Amino acid sequence: MRHHLILRVIVKLLVSTMILYALYVQFHGDYSPGGGFQAGVIMAVAFIIYGIVFGLRKVHAVLPPWLVHKLVALGVLVYGGTGVVNMLQGYEFLNYGSLTPHHPEHGQHWGILAVEAGVGITVTGVMIAIYYAFAARPPRMSDEEW
Amino acid sequence: MWEFIVGHLNYWLFCVLMMTGLYIVVARGNLVKKIVGLNIFQTAVFMLYISMGKIAGGTAPIFPTDMNVDPNVVYSNPLPHVLILTAIVVGIATTSLGLALVVRIREEYDTIEEEDILHIERDIVTAENQSHGGAMGGRA
Amino acid sequence: MLVATAIAIAKMDRLFAVVMLSGVFSLLAALLFVNMDAVDVAFTEAAVGAGISTVLMLGTIALTSRVEKPSTQSPLIPLAACIVTGAALIYGTLDMPNFGDPNAPVHTHVGPEYLENSQHEIGVPNVVTAILASYRGYDTLGETAVVFTAGIGVLLLISGLRRRRDPDEEEDT
Repeated sequence: MRHHLILRVIVKLLVSTMILYALYVQFHGDYSPGGGFQAGVIMAVAFIIYGIVFGLRKVHAVLPPWLVHKLVALGVLVYGGTGVVNMLQGYEFLNYGSLTPHHPEHGQHWGILAVEAGVGITVTGVMIAIYYAFAARPPRMSDEEW
Repeated sequence: MWEFIVGHLNYWLFCVLMMTGLYIVVARGNLVKKIVGLNIFQTAVFMLYISMGKIAGGTAPIFPTDMNVDPNVVYSNPLPHVLILTAIVVGIATTSLGLALVVRIREEYDTIEEEDILHIERDIVTAENQSHGGAMGGRA
Repeated sequence: MLVATAIAIAKMDRLFAVVMLSGVFSLLAALLFVNMDAVDVAFTEAAVGAGISTVLMLGTIALTSRVEKPSTQSPLIPLAACIVTGAALIYGTLDMPNFGDPNAPVHTHVGPEYLENSQHEIGVPNVVTAILASYRGYDTLGETAVVFTAGIGVLLLISGLRRRRDPDEEEDT
């Protein structure tokens, strides 16, 4: 499965840019369009495109499947954990004002950041896991058949 | 009257789109195509919601960074946006689940056409009835 | 254009073209969302619809087959059902407020409250993010759980399990 040289060089350039852009979308989501969902999807696409061009073995070396499966659960835990922390501090579940009691607005900022991070991690994990699951199946046709 | 037609044209377009999606789901036997049809259907619903949130002359619901909000600026309703944002991601999750089911069906039945699957199922049921029927005194 | 793409998808029987057209459909939909001031939604639709779902569908047709068999059933009955349903829906829209009407019922409930309160309660410029993560935090938590569950479901369906089951089957035979 040797693809075009141009394709491989371009993808190498693109992947790092895409991951950077995903992080920007993730953490700048308060100020501009974007947030955990979009960032997660873009991040996942970066890995998927790498997998498509260079083959599954190379992506598995970068991001092994067991790690992806942990990520899927970790995101939901981060989200729920934020709520539990709020509860332990004596506020309602997912009331971020508790994080900095003297200045609730800042608490909201932190809370949104944490929750969005949780969403982003889960979405990234799920999308990559689904791609791994599909790509690990033996294909029915070879590349030339397209 | 003219105003009424222009004001409702968008809803009608979404209805047409939605029905195209429904037609693909109902009339086409290929399972992958059914899922594409479901996607079209669901996108039409998204558009319906988003178009409800639009206010004429409004702008995207993002304040200036310094939070000095001009009270004269009209912002579109952000609530439908939130609902649909989450719905899109749930949509892709369910779509992938459906595609996974299609892959499994293909492995079991070696086809992804609905009619072929029905045929195979019927054959299996008939064969089972015959084998069990012999044990039960010849009645299937 | 959206309608034309959708009808083309309905007519086409080469699945590769169908999947590509569905990507085009998603991008057009994203354009429409930008027009209707929903930049966040447009962003998501472009990333998800044109990116991930196209890749997944291509993966699926690589694992299955590329060409759709022509249906032997008559398309008239489904067509009639769709036309009747569509007519009923269009009849239902006759009572809807005009497009962009600021006094529509949608805009007189919690929407404006969120817009006003989030300025000093949350202090985040992007109102969509504020509502998504703070006011509607429960919804988003539930929805993250849905994505999580779907991911688990896909993994259960088409990964790993087969390999683990194989030794058992060998023992049986």
